[in-house]
Amino acid sequence: MPSRKTVKRFLMLILSTFAVFLLSACSSEQFIVLNPKGPVGEVQANLIFVSFLVLMIVIIPVLLLFFFIVYRYRDKPGNKSPYKPEWDDNVKLEVVWWGIPIILIAILSILTVRDTLVLQGPPSEDVEPITIQVTSLDWKWLFQYPEEDIATVNYLKIPVDTPVQFELTSDAPINSFWIPQLGGQRYSLPGKSSTLWLEAEEAGTYYGTANNFSGDGFTEMNFDVSTVPDADFDKWVEEVKATNQPFTMEDYQELVKPSIVGVSAYSSIPPNLFEFIVDKNGGKYYKSNNHTEQFDNSRQLELGN
Amino acid sequence: MIESIKNFSSDFFVTGDPLIYGADVSIVLVMVAIIFVLTYFKKWKWLWSEWLTTVDHKKIGIMYLIASLLMLFRGGVDAILMRTQLAFPNMDFLPSDKYNEIFTTHGTIMILFMAMPLMFALFNMVVPLQIGARDVAYPFLNAVSFWTFFFGAMLFNLSFVIGGSPDAGWLSYAPLSETQFSEGPGQNYYIWGIQISGIGSLASGINFLVTILKMRAPGMKLMKMPMFSWSVLSSCIIIIFAFPILTVTLGLLFIDRYFGANFFTLAGGGNPMYYVNLIWMWGHPEVYLVVLPAFGVFSEVVATFSKKKIFGYKSMVFALLSISLLSFFTWVHHFFTMADYKVDAFFAITTMAIAIPTGVKVFNWMFTMFRGRIQMKPPMLWTIAFIPTFLVGGATGVMLAVAPADFQYHNSYFLIAHFHQVLIGGVVFGFFSGIYYWWPKIFGFSLNEKLGLWAFWLWNIGFYVTFMPQYALGFMGMPRRVSTYGWDMGWAPLNFISTIGAFLMGAGFIFQVWQIVYSIKHRNKEGAADPWDGRTLEWSIPSPPPEYNFAIIPKVSEQDDWWYKKQKGLTKVKEDYKPIHMPKNSGIPFIMGGFWFITGFGLTFEWTWMGIIGLIGVATSIVVRHLDNDTDYYIPVDEIERTEARIGGTR
Ligand code: HEM
Ligand SMILES: [Cu+2]
Repeated sequence: MPSRKTVKRFLMLILSTFAVFLLSACSSEQFIVLNPKGPVGEVQANLIFVSFLVLMIVIIPVLLLFFFIVYRYRDKPGNKSPYKPEWDDNVKLEVVWWGIPIILIAILSILTVRDTLVLQGPPSEDVEPITIQVTSLDWKWLFQYPEEDIATVNYLKIPVDTPVQFELTSDAPINSFWIPQLGGQRYSLPGKSSTLWLEAEEAGTYYGTANNFSGDGFTEMNFDVSTVPDADFDKWVEEVKATNQPFTMEDYQELVKPSIVGVSAYSSIPPNLFEFIVDKNGGKYYKSNNHTEQFDNSRQLELGN
Repeated sequence: MIESIKNFSSDFFVTGDPLIYGADVSIVLVMVAIIFVLTYFKKWKWLWSEWLTTVDHKKIGIMYLIASLLMLFRGGVDAILMRTQLAFPNMDFLPSDKYNEIFTTHGTIMILFMAMPLMFALFNMVVPLQIGARDVAYPFLNAVSFWTFFFGAMLFNLSFVIGGSPDAGWLSYAPLSETQFSEGPGQNYYIWGIQISGIGSLASGINFLVTILKMRAPGMKLMKMPMFSWSVLSSCIIIIFAFPILTVTLGLLFIDRYFGANFFTLAGGGNPMYYVNLIWMWGHPEVYLVVLPAFGVFSEVVATFSKKKIFGYKSMVFALLSISLLSFFTWVHHFFTMADYKVDAFFAITTMAIAIPTGVKVFNWMFTMFRGRIQMKPPMLWTIAFIPTFLVGGATGVMLAVAPADFQYHNSYFLIAHFHQVLIGGVVFGFFSGIYYWWPKIFGFSLNEKLGLWAFWLWNIGFYVTFMPQYALGFMGMPRRVSTYGWDMGWAPLNFISTIGAFLMGAGFIFQVWQIVYSIKHRNKEGAADPWDGRTLEWSIPSPPPEYNFAIIPKVSEQDDWWYKKQKGLTKVKEDYKPIHMPKNSGIPFIMGGFWFITGFGLTFEWTWMGIIGLIGVATSIVVRHLDNDTDYYIPVDEIERTEARIGGTR
């Protein structure tokens, strides 16, 4: 039989773990999901806090009640609390505890639907967004900037306070593109292009990662995201253009092969490469791809393959 | 020639890894030891006639139990290896390819070859006894279920030493699991190990559903049936609808791999998203079908050890059935990050809706204890540990169900912590509770409580130490399935703590093995027939029960019938025996399982001839069985009288 002391110590252990975690989560920069640096991450972090709170408002009293019941009705000689072995039914009580979770779930459903809608469009409406085309490969990330006509590998630079429309696809197994401090992830799928909106509010360097297992080099698929003021971004684009080679179709064929590579940048990209990648993996069969430009099938021959 | 044989054998037998050589050596040693012991004690015949050919649900239950504990060991070793690799940053203990194999086999084994058979162990040990039946509806099919599970599990485990393990994750998403990215036998082992044991799972689902619907003792209306049997019924409903989806999904994947079809490759006109959808249409119901019987165990245990009727019987039944139904409408929550936002919102709400009946069950358990008298016996301890653990696990489940927030939790350690909390805190604690509860009934002696207490505290403390830090790691952005990490993200301390917890749980398991071995040696048979002052029919017969379970089928009039009979002093039954109709043992299920193994092995290595030989063997076994008319017999009255006198039955 566990003595009451052991039980108490055990409970203290659980509670203190929670307490330590909560305290440190709010104060420490290491809990990157809870310290977002952009509006999307903020919406999500708030939702996390609110849903956690709503749940705790129910869970904690229930836990206390539970420990109270276990303590009060334990089978000890001289326990004077009532004992009613046939008492097994009470409509009022049952209504209460069908009601509590229903109300809880109703509240959370409303919050869920609200924020699902909020996160659909660009995080801010008044700034012109930029587009970045993201391709997950075995085992590296290719980022193309169609408007700037440059590309990078395993490295991302974006301007602050500008909504970024990431278009995601994969030329390898399904992966997931995640920059926790800017906001939640989205899958990159072969043959499909999907959209993820993010925006940074603070200049800095953030951690980005692959988040859906894709084979042997998966662990190596993390990358830095640096966010810089607008002017610096333009300067950087110029620099990339001035100091690097163009990205050619041959470079791409090389990059697609399974390998782990470092960071690199390119001064230009082959036109419609992203659409080519999507279609090559079957995107042509898929109606709802939101290509920026409808890919012209005749180009396929030109691009090889 | 010699070169090619060499090449073949170095692919066939996995070489070049000390872990695997260790496994090779220990497998050979264990086999030799088993053969030696069986021969030395002249036990071959006993093994064949008492166990391998048995159709007795109690013995089949025991075999399920042994197999699942072995698999718990194997899956546990996988877990410890992974946690060792993750204990410190930049560890070199398991390279990424080995790490990938190990997390894949860990997940697959724990769900399909540990949790499922442990669940079937309980079904077999308890359901017929609890509803007053002499066996399951289809005893022969029951043996087929066990042996297909067993040989499927063995096939899967063989991959570690022969050919190489699968390494695409426990759900093996296409296209990663397609030939293009996963060549070789590993992924085929995955397909065939699961397909073959899946036959058994589906058959068991049907078997127990029919058993419960058709074979209840007279007077046991459905609404008087014990809660555990209700939970088995709900679980079987899920099995029957979910397992065919799995079979089809893996069948399509096999066709893709074997014949070069394109079901799951978009380029060929299929779609990988079909795979993700299909596998979760099975996968989500799967996790619920393993937890429902655990809920059933808790209901029995709470009532027995609170000395009180289960609270809110009707709403408990309603909750179980509504969970069965709802579990088929939530699968998209496993890939909110792939779906469309409208779809996300819909499935977020259905997922949260499941928390309603689940929450109601928790309240009902609590109010069963309320105004009861709680005895802290071992099964009750696991139940009491379960409730807070599951409350928190359910709460994090609801957090995950909030779709926009899930974009931040998905595939991170937060998710890992959630499902281990519900699977360990719910399923494993539940099944342990059930095993501790019904052990005296099945084996006729009780388990040592002191060693059990050590196991209990080690498992519990170990659980919290392992998984609470993992929630935090999720908020720190640590993805699941990374094989190592650097110092820069600050993940090191929490990972180290988590590893300590894993070792604590490992120690808990060792205590349990010790507890079982110790209790077998120091048999304590005292009061084994009804040690907990039970409430349901299984406690009305001797422990272990005779092969026919009930010499006289009881007449049921109340919900906790045995409890009321004891209260009213009606436990004596008139000894008016009739010959008992019983099924005969049969070697066919075992042999058929063997042929399935050959089929699976052949198809794994793409040796079509061998697959065909195996399938012919399977078909022949079925035909032979059909031609056999000598499948049953009667136990005569005088033999029943002798048995009952010897075991002191029919009190
Ligand atoms: C209150 C009830 C529950 C809710 C609301 C819930 C919700 C969820 C959600 C939304 C996910 C997906 C998260 C993601 O992938 O991002 C998930 C994952 C999971 N849940 Fe639950 N859950 C509940 C209870 C359970 C139970 C009872 C079990 C098993 C006994 C379970 C086992 C799992 C498993 C195994 C996974 C992850 C599988 C994987 O990705 O490999 N959950 N849960
Ligand atoms: Cu699920």
